[in-house]
Amino acid sequence: MAEVAATTADPTQRPNRLSEFWFYFRENRGAVFGLWIFGIFAFLALFGPWIAPHDATTQFRDATLQPPVWQEGGNWTYPLGTDPLGRDMLSRLIIGARFSFFVGIVVVSIAATGGILVGLIAGFAPKWVDSIIMRIMDIILAFPSLLLALVLVAILGPSLTNAMIAIAIVLQPHYVRLTRASVLSERQKDYVTSARVAGAGIGRLMFVTVLPNCLAPIIVQAALSFSTAILDAAALGFLGMGAQPPTPEWGTMLAEAREFILRAWWVVTFPGLAILITVLAINLMGDGLRDALDPKLKRS
Amino acid sequence: MLNYVLSRLLTFVPTFIGVTLISFAFIRVLPGDPIIVMAGERGLTEERYAELSEQFGFDRPIIAQFWEYFTGVLQGDLGTSFVTKRPVWDEFFSLFPATLELSICAMIFAVALGLPAGVIAAVNRGKFFDRALMSTALIGYSMPIFWWALLLIIVFSGNLQWTPVSGRIDLIYYFPNPTGFMLIDSIASGQSGAFTSAVRHLILPTIVLGTIPLAVIARQTRSAMLEVLGEDYIRTARAKGMSPGRINGIHALRNALIPVITVIGLSVGTLLAGAILTETIFSWPGIGKWMVDSIFRRDYPVVQGGLLLIAVMVMIVNLTVDMLYGVINPKIRKR
Repeated sequence: MAEVAATTADPTQRPNRLSEFWFYFRENRGAVFGLWIFGIFAFLALFGPWIAPHDATTQFRDATLQPPVWQEGGNWTYPLGTDPLGRDMLSRLIIGARFSFFVGIVVVSIAATGGILVGLIAGFAPKWVDSIIMRIMDIILAFPSLLLALVLVAILGPSLTNAMIAIAIVLQPHYVRLTRASVLSERQKDYVTSARVAGAGIGRLMFVTVLPNCLAPIIVQAALSFSTAILDAAALGFLGMGAQPPTPEWGTMLAEAREFILRAWWVVTFPGLAILITVLAINLMGDGLRDALDPKLKRS
Repeated sequence: MLNYVLSRLLTFVPTFIGVTLISFAFIRVLPGDPIIVMAGERGLTEERYAELSEQFGFDRPIIAQFWEYFTGVLQGDLGTSFVTKRPVWDEFFSLFPATLELSICAMIFAVALGLPAGVIAAVNRGKFFDRALMSTALIGYSMPIFWWALLLIIVFSGNLQWTPVSGRIDLIYYFPNPTGFMLIDSIASGQSGAFTSAVRHLILPTIVLGTIPLAVIARQTRSAMLEVLGEDYIRTARAKGMSPGRINGIHALRNALIPVITVIGLSVGTLLAGAILTETIFSWPGIGKWMVDSIFRRDYPVVQGGLLLIAVMVMIVNLTVDMLYGVINPKIRKR
């Protein structure tokens, strides 16, 4: 809409894409709120070690299972209490943000790069290549994602790196399908034909002509799989197949806290709350991105 | 229509072969020699090693091994568990009812709350109800369910002592389990209190497993309803003076259900993935817990067979959903 209005007002000037995006994104208050939370999360991930009051793995043996400050027996030295080994909860949560952030970034980068490439190839290649690629993706999608990631980690050996690789492999087919679908619909359009007639090679057609026009749904997918990656990595950590103790990864923290669940609610509550808030913020942002980037899905 | 069904069935075949190949290949690349793992701490002599290797066929070329496995699979032979020495097939189907019972309850929970929530949100679009319901749905959608399970245990099992923490039924009840469904068998047993006990054990796992499907269904119902409510025939119905309840409940919902059914069908995979976490936390003796335990015990035949059976099940459900979709919505067949 805004584009049409802008072009009629001044045909020589295209509206700045970023400002147009922001115009729509801003309309969704939830998304802006999510963006703020995500900003705080990213800040903690980057500067965590300088903000955390204590070291995340130091054990204060004379202060084990201390409750949060507002409960009887708590004090300001450990604002959110301590875990069974006397480690400061707040510091562990802050440092934990890095692992989740890192997981999100790495998984989305691997899955999106791979998925987009394969999707582009499937969209441009002859039909039999396309069929083979899509059948392979069907095969990966036939396994429940967490189960497949679990088995992959069992093969590769439990660690955060292997968990990230496994999750990236599991998330990849979604990008392939999405990219291929947009490529197939874009390829029919006149501007692609004219680029081809003008002599553009296959590489140029793929990456310069078509890809930029397919990016909107992929960006939305990237936001959504960022949160899936965090959730799955935490689930793997919880099952003992992700980051290994004493790493303050949120899922691993929950697994360690499980036996104290009825004695010390805070060791269980806070890591999960951190996961929930982060994932929620990213999903809010994802909804806003979808509204702003994908006009077809707008106002649904 | 027949063509459509046939073409869908044809894509099933290569996917099935691929799924078998992958579950077969996983075991061959797992670190650690399966035979040595099986022998455990005792260790074993070289002759015994060769003997076992021959018995399991590990000494033969990989292609021959795959062919044997594949033909075995087609005949329903998935190998024998290293740990329990029982056929994988039997183990799977003795545990499957537990997962099925839990999944069905979770799905009923999700649909029973999700559909009305989505309809109410759509009808009250932009108002307080819509916002409250959709915010809740988004929270449910973002929920780490393993944490949600722990929270529910703290509140309902720990503080309020309403529900038990694990298992399917209290240990004081013992009766034959012909159907494998605890709810049915407990009624059939005629023991007083058995059914109540089974229900109390089911409540928390059902809520935990149903939470994400519930959120997805509520969101999907809302957006499908909104799309349908803008259609001409709804306006006509309104102009005719039809009651809003009838319009929303029958005319609109019926057409909105098409995408919702797809979502319900496709959440089978989500349910099975969720079952892994839910069953582990609540010690629910189903296939999710069985898979996790087998992975930790390095019980390769079970991991391999379970992976394959679960994937095939997901594929069959997806195929059925696809075909149902074609039946409900004739437009899709022409593609």
